[in-house]
Amino acid sequence: MTEILTLISALLLLIGSVFTLIAAIGLLRLPDLYTRIHAASKAGTMGSCLALIALAIHAHDFGTMSRALAGVVFFLLTAPVSSHLLAKAAYAVGYRLHSSSVRDEMAPEDDK
Amino acid sequence: MSLFLVNVLLALAWSAVTGSFTFLNFAFGFVLAIFALSLIREQVGSIGYFSRARRVISLFLLFLYELVLSAWRVAVIVLSPRMDLKPGIFAYPLRVDRDFEITMLANLITLTPGTLSVDVSDDRRTLYVHAMDASDPDATRRDIAEGFERKIMEAFR
Repeated sequence: MTEILTLISALLLLIGSVFTLIAAIGLLRLPDLYTRIHAASKAGTMGSCLALIALAIHAHDFGTMSRALAGVVFFLLTAPVSSHLLAKAAYAVGYRLHSSSVRDEMAPEDDK
Repeated sequence: MSLFLVNVLLALAWSAVTGSFTFLNFAFGFVLAIFALSLIREQVGSIGYFSRARRVISLFLLFLYELVLSAWRVAVIVLSPRMDLKPGIFAYPLRVDRDFEITMLANLITLTPGTLSVDVSDDRRTLYVHAMDASDPDATRRDIAEGFERKIMEAFR
């Protein structure tokens, strides 16, 4: 039983690390701020959550477990808010979309 | 919502009486409280509470599924040798109108495949969404309307 739990948490940790790595590669490779936020907010959140869940499974006391799960919940609550604010602020100060972008329906009518 | 509070209070009472505030004991108390509430559902009118709870859970499961799918899709895009992106911002006409629901929808959209909410218009009618693939915004709009927005309306109305 313990072996199986250890195996599961190791697997989750591995998948979580891979997603975090992908988020980091995405930050480097994607063309502009808006697409980079996609990588950071999704793959990043996923990676951190998986690592925390792995910790919760591996930990044998419930104090650690409930704190790790609370961490997951707070990640899911805060990641979208922060990335939304980042995108909103970037747009407000006039950070342009990358030239490969196909549409921008948020632009004021006169400069479309 | 108030029945949810009663549910939590009953679970807290259970934890206090058994003298252990561990997560597992609280969860057990919560299940007991659900059972107790289901016994008196005729008297306190909690029938709606249970079907609503089911809808909230189904919204949560949909969310988890979309999150995994979304991370996977980002991974595929990032790791493909030639990144073929057509990003863009499109306007999404909101059907939900309460602040709480708009916040929830915006957050859910951010954590789902290829979409990121950027801003809400001042009249709260339109949500501006940035998409990794904005070549077919109508299909994305339909997905959001039939997925999350419908589930949110089912769960909280």
